[in-house]
Parts: sequence; C-alpha cells; structure tokens
Amino acid sequence: MRTDRSWRIGLRVLALGYLAVLLLVPVGLVFWRTFEPGAGAVWNAVSTPAAIHAFWLTLEIAAIAVPLNTLLGIVTALALVRGRFRGKWLLEAVIDLPFAISPIVIGLALILVYGSGGWAGRWLGQHGFQVIFAVPGMVLATVFVCVPFVVREVAPVLREIGDEQEQAAATLGASRMQAFWRITLPAIRWGVAYGVVLTTARAIGEFGAVSVVSGKIAGQTETLTLLVEKRFQNFDLAGAYAASALLAVIALGTLLAMTLLKPRKESS
Amino acid sequence: MITVQGVTKRYGAFRALDDVSLTIPDGSLTALLGPSGSGKSTLLRTIAGLEAPDAGTVTIAGADATRLPPQERGIGFVFQHYAAFKHMSVRDNVAFGLSIRHRPKAEIRERVGELLRVVGLDGYQDRYPGQLSGGQRQRMALARALAVEPTVLLLDEPFGALDAKVRAELRAWLRRLHDEVHVTTVLVTHDQEEAMDVADRIAVLNGGRVEQDGRPRELYEDPASEFVMGFLGPVTRLGGRLVRPHDVALSGAPVDGAAETMVTRVVHLGFEVRAELVGRDGEPLEVQLTRSEADELELARGDIVWARWAPGGVSRAAALEAA
Repeated sequence: MRTDRSWRIGLRVLALGYLAVLLLVPVGLVFWRTFEPGAGAVWNAVSTPAAIHAFWLTLEIAAIAVPLNTLLGIVTALALVRGRFRGKWLLEAVIDLPFAISPIVIGLALILVYGSGGWAGRWLGQHGFQVIFAVPGMVLATVFVCVPFVVREVAPVLREIGDEQEQAAATLGASRMQAFWRITLPAIRWGVAYGVVLTTARAIGEFGAVSVVSGKIAGQTETLTLLVEKRFQNFDLAGAYAASALLAVIALGTLLAMTLLKPRKESS
Repeated sequence: MITVQGVTKRYGAFRALDDVSLTIPDGSLTALLGPSGSGKSTLLRTIAGLEAPDAGTVTIAGADATRLPPQERGIGFVFQHYAAFKHMSVRDNVAFGLSIRHRPKAEIRERVGELLRVVGLDGYQDRYPGQLSGGQRQRMALARALAVEPTVLLLDEPFGALDAKVRAELRAWLRRLHDEVHVTTVLVTHDQEEAMDVADRIAVLNGGRVEQDGRPRELYEDPASEFVMGFLGPVTRLGGRLVRPHDVALSGAPVDGAAETMVTRVVHLGFEVRAELVGRDGEPLEVQLTRSEADELELARGDIVWARWAPGGVSRAAALEAA
C-alpha cells in the first residue's frame, strides 16, 4: 500500500514538473519579461499602428476561418460517420493531412497553386484577384491548417450518440433538416464547441503557412505572430515580448472559454 | 391492416429476411417472436421504413408503403434503448411529433398532459430523460410515439433493457393500454413468455423466414415445426416423439404403452415439481408434475417409474414425430 502511494505521488510530481518546465515556466517568463520595463512601455509597444493592424488582421482571419471550418467540419464529420460511400478511407486520411504536413509545406503548396505562376493564381490574377501575398491567401492557409479540429471533435460524438435518435425523429415526422437542427446539432453541441475553441486558438496562433503566403507587408499582411517574429529579428525584444503577451492573453482567453464550456453532467 | 408480401432483405451474403409474407390484422397486438438473428427486428424496421427491402412490398392500411419514407407511414416506433431526446425535457420529447406538425401550442399542451397521465408520468414534465428510470423512459417513448396518433404502433424489444419486475409491469400495462387505444401494434421480442402473455397473435421467425403465425394457443398446441414447438415452450423426447414435459404421465406400476424409466433428479419448485429421468436406452426425459402428483408417487431419486404421453385435459396436445 505504502509503495503504491509513494508511486502515485512520485508520478504526480513528475507530471507536474514536466508541465512546469515545458509550459508554465516559459509562458510565465514571457509575461514577466513583458512587464519588466513597466506597463507604459507595454502599452506603447502594442498600440503602434502596425501592432493594432496586426491585431485586427489576426481577428479578421480567425473570423472568416473559424465559421468556415465549423460548417465544413460538421458536414465532413456527418459524411464520415453516417455516410456510406466509396473512398471514405481516403477522406478519412485527407482530413488529417494538415496535421501530418508541416505548415511551411502547406504554404509553399498554396503558392504553387495560387501564386502568380500557378494555374489557379494566373486565372485569378487575370481577373484582378490576388491571393498570394494578400489576405485571401492567409485566410486560405489558416483554413487549411485548421481543417481537422472540428471534424476530429465532432466525429466521435456522432459515433457515440448513434443514429437512433435521428431515426426516432424520422418516425415522428421530422425531415432530415428538422432532425439535424432539433436533434443532431443539440446532441453534438459540446463537440462543436470544443472544435471551435481549438480552431480559434490555432487560427490566431498559426505562423508557418501564413508566414509563407503573407509576404509580411507591414500594415497590410502582418498578423500578430508575424509581428512577433519581425520584432524579434530586429532585436526589439521588449516589443516582441509585448506582442507575444497579447497573443498569449488571447490564447488563454480561448482556453478559459473551453473550460467554462465544459458540459454540465447529462447522464445517459 | 399491415400486409407484408414476399419481402427479402440482404446484408451482403446474409439474408436477414427471406421471402417473408405476413398479414397483421387491424387492431391486433402481434408479436414477432424469434431468436436473435431471426430477422424479426429487420421485419419491423422494414414495416417502419427504416430499412428498404430488396424485394417485396409492404402495405399499411390499404396503401402501398414500400417506397414511402418513415415520415409518411403514419407509424409510431419505440426502440429498445428508448432513443430518448436527451437534451429535451419529458414534455418536449412527447410534444416533438406535434411540434413538427406545427399544431397550436394550446392543443400540444393539452395532448401532452393527457398522454403523460395515460403513461403515468404526470408531474415529470420538466425532468430530463437522464433523470428517469429505464421503465419511465420507455413509457415516455411510448407517449411520444402515441402523440402523433399513429395507425400502427411498432415496438422493437421495448422491454428488453429493463429488469424482470419492471418488464412484467410494463407488459401488463401495455396490454391494458392496447385494450383502451386499440391501435394496431406489432411487438418484437425474443421472450416467448412475453409474447404469449401480451400478444393476441404471434408470428414465429427463424432464419429470416416466418415459421408459423396464429393465435398463441394455436401455436403452442399445434406447432407447425419442431422449431416452433421448442421455441414456445419446454420440450422433451419420449419414445421417439417430442412432447411437452407436462403432457407426460408417470405411474408406479407398468402400464400399456409406457416406457420404463429411472428417476435421476427431483426438483421441487413450489407448486410444480420437475423430475429428470432416464430411459432404458439411456435417453433423458424431463417431466413436469404437480406437487400432489409427485407426493402420490413418492417420487425419489433411483425410483423406477413408467412414463407415457398423456395430454391430460388439453384437447389437442402438441406432439411431433422427432426428426
């Protein structure tokens, strides 16, 4: 019994220590370094026109990418779990592609297709529409890297609830759409909520793919993550820490939302 | 009336239903009885429109329903695991079908209140399914199915997930409900006692085919096959013949046409006494006696008794030549 207990405590200390060293200490240090020069300096660093623009651009991209991925994610999860069609395994694999491929490669792939030399990019360019080195490309990159989140959160929930409730709704006269809105969607709402939170966090924090397709034009195609990198490269450490702290605050806010959204206990 | 004509349903190479034809009379309570994998649930789901048959037709109340979606069949369906809408209150669950049909709020309120009284859930309106017991959930599901006034009520092993006591209660309650409401009801069960108790007609399924259908007593006393006989009640073998253990008479002295057997075990089950015997040829025999019959014989292990088929009191006792 005693060894059992000391084992348990030992494992806990190990787990917490691991978390502390890898996560809490670095993030805490960012905040500490940020506020070292004083709150005024922090405010100055995050209220420059470039910083304000980066802040709004980050939110704008997230505001497009998150609803789009939510919709797409729910539809894809429904197809994966409920659908019966050939090549389902292929869709299953493609969904995880953004997890498997490095974001930089995703960015380069987008340039190949939508850049001025790419087949889609050339056609779009002739019609006066620039994707790469502009906001549309950044949205595209963000959507791409965020594809798996909603699908991977919603699909298991769909699988768990089964389709009996939907069948019951059908026997009671509900059309497919009615059954979806009144039965399926309320049943998967926590899965959707988790997916949205994770997508938001990733959309705001995405660096690699967005960096490649953005062109990093200050005041135009610069998100918060890109701003942090630029300031860091320019030895503006205080400015970089301040922008990092802003990012961390948004991320922590999303995590907090996730914790607060935790399902209240609905026993089966 | 529900008419199923030549229905076949395959899942890959497996024939869940193999050319099934069955007529379910108006106002009856019919049990589809069979072991698991016999196709009884598939048949019920085909009637409901939840499965599409590969061949054959389904007619409900004179109209061909084979290609109709479940929404348009005028059915109520009750699932084994309730299929309760977990995020809705009991009231909203029962009101679902009416609210889909855009009935006036006052009418819905009145109808839901009435149904909850019928199923004995008055006062549970604001509970959620998670706060109800299994039996209560199933009664809620029944009220929900009845709310839309279906022409046919279909129940898929409705008491299968409940414990024995609640199951017996709900069974009696369903019988009373059916006597009041008179809606044509089809019930799937693998429990022959449940089928005999609650149904006025039974169709026995085996291997995707209907072995026999008719009144419970007809099936019990005049089974069309060994399978039906064995599924509806206990069966024992006596002189190359399959008989019911309660149709075997024992006597202490040799009788014409009786086989000599030895008692190997006597089990007292209150009113009933079950005796296990073995014939001279080593064939085991099981007999059900009343307590007084057993007392009269002073039946004990090791006794030699003579057994013969004696369908006492029953006009047409079941006996089949053993295959």
